[in-house]
Amino acid sequence: MDNIGILDAGIVALLGYAVVFFGLILLMIVVTIMGKIFMAKDKKKTAAPAAPAAAPVVTEAAAPTAPGSAGQLKLYDVEPKTAAMIMAIVADKMGKPLNELRFISIKEVK
Amino acid sequence: MVNVGEILLNLWNSSGFAALFSGFADGGWQNLVMIIVACVLLYLGIVKQFEPLLLVGIAFGCLLSNLPQAGLYHQELWDAFMNPDSPVYHSYGEIMRSGGLLDIFYIGVKTSLYPCLIFMGVGAMSDFGPLLSNPKSLLLGAAAQMGVFAAFFGAVCMGFTGTEAASIGIIGGADGPTAIYLTTKLAPHLLGAIAVAAYSYMALIPLIQPPFMNLLTTPEQRKIKMVQTRTVSKTEKIIFPIVVTIFVALLLPDTAPLIGCLMLGNLLKECGVTDRLSDTVQNALMNIVTILLSTSVGATMVGTTFLTKQTLMIVVLGVCAFILSTCGGLLGGVVMCWATRGKVNPLIGSAGVSAVPMAARVANKEGQKANPSNFLLMHALGPNVAGVIGSAIAAGFLLSVFG
Repeated sequence: MDNIGILDAGIVALLGYAVVFFGLILLMIVVTIMGKIFMAKDKKKTAAPAAPAAAPVVTEAAAPTAPGSAGQLKLYDVEPKTAAMIMAIVADKMGKPLNELRFISIKEVK
Repeated sequence: MVNVGEILLNLWNSSGFAALFSGFADGGWQNLVMIIVACVLLYLGIVKQFEPLLLVGIAFGCLLSNLPQAGLYHQELWDAFMNPDSPVYHSYGEIMRSGGLLDIFYIGVKTSLYPCLIFMGVGAMSDFGPLLSNPKSLLLGAAAQMGVFAAFFGAVCMGFTGTEAASIGIIGGADGPTAIYLTTKLAPHLLGAIAVAAYSYMALIPLIQPPFMNLLTTPEQRKIKMVQTRTVSKTEKIIFPIVVTIFVALLLPDTAPLIGCLMLGNLLKECGVTDRLSDTVQNALMNIVTILLSTSVGATMVGTTFLTKQTLMIVVLGVCAFILSTCGGLLGGVVMCWATRGKVNPLIGSAGVSAVPMAARVANKEGQKANPSNFLLMHALGPNVAGVIGSAIAAGFLLSVFG
């Protein structure tokens, strides 16, 4: 195969591109199925505690809003407004109140 | 009585200066040119900060191997190592016995140890969450491999052999370790030129990609804001590397070393019980291997083998491969935009070339130029990591055909 002709090279190139697509499409199918299974599991989990919540039980008052992150935060080339936004997003994604998280520094990566 | 004159004369004769100037017409000029090339690369790495972590090592390795009489790297030793008629064919013992420091470093490249360990580090630093939340990203990672096969075809048309063309084509994958891995296996004599081309173009992504992004997409398409994808559970992130390893290694066993290491690194990061190992792979191991890999790859840039017409052709084909891969990803993005009726911003397709996370950052930046409230980074990271898997599959295919 080392001394390959132009026609053969064209065939190999097309075949190679097709193999990459084939491999990644199969992987996409596997990942999609996997995702659906996990999403269905999550739905079941969230649906389960929903039933007792429907009962007329007096719940505790909502926890007060978190005052801010723990400790001192150093900012490098970052506006305080942007830093506040980043911290809020991180807290939201982690599902934890901001005052339980400790941010040490925020630096802009250029 | 000591003959001072004779001592000084011997000292001069054994010096690199004498070797450089006495044999100037007989290869000395090539060493001098390569020393200048090394200094230019050092300038680009240190002052312009073009992939400095790799380029500084590559440039210094080049500088060391082109210093006459230094004896750090012996091209003739590796030529004999590769020659089936030589008595020291594939003899690492001979390399250890007669080689210099960079020859010993280079064993790690020859055995594919360094590219695989680098891939482990890449895996430990990668987040496959964006890919898992939007599996269609994998299609963009596949589309962006167009440059690999187009450059392969172009290289054959320009007179390169199949193995050389395959090694040149993989530059389009924009994935340094994969390019080194494949070239070491198929065309080791082109390793220096291909590694330098691959890493240089990766550093130049912010300059190479934007003109083609503007050319292949409309302003309206670039303004498209993509909706936030679902949150991926921890369990999914743990299962993913295991599934990919089994699936891809069974499909193309030649990719097993690369994919295996990539996914092992990712599993160490995601499983949550090997934080120490993940930290070592991401930092200490990655840094050590980067030093060894970059200096030994740079050492292969010896004047006699590097200053050829072939190198110039590789540089040209490499940039073509890169551009075509970007265009392939963008066209895939345009098709996806059309198929989803404008839900996908086609700019994320350009991130399908591996270069993680630089290509995703460029897509995000260009998206923000069109619409300042547009945040494409997380969406672009999906095709970006898909490109890493795609280029490994492309390398596996080329290896199975030409290996």
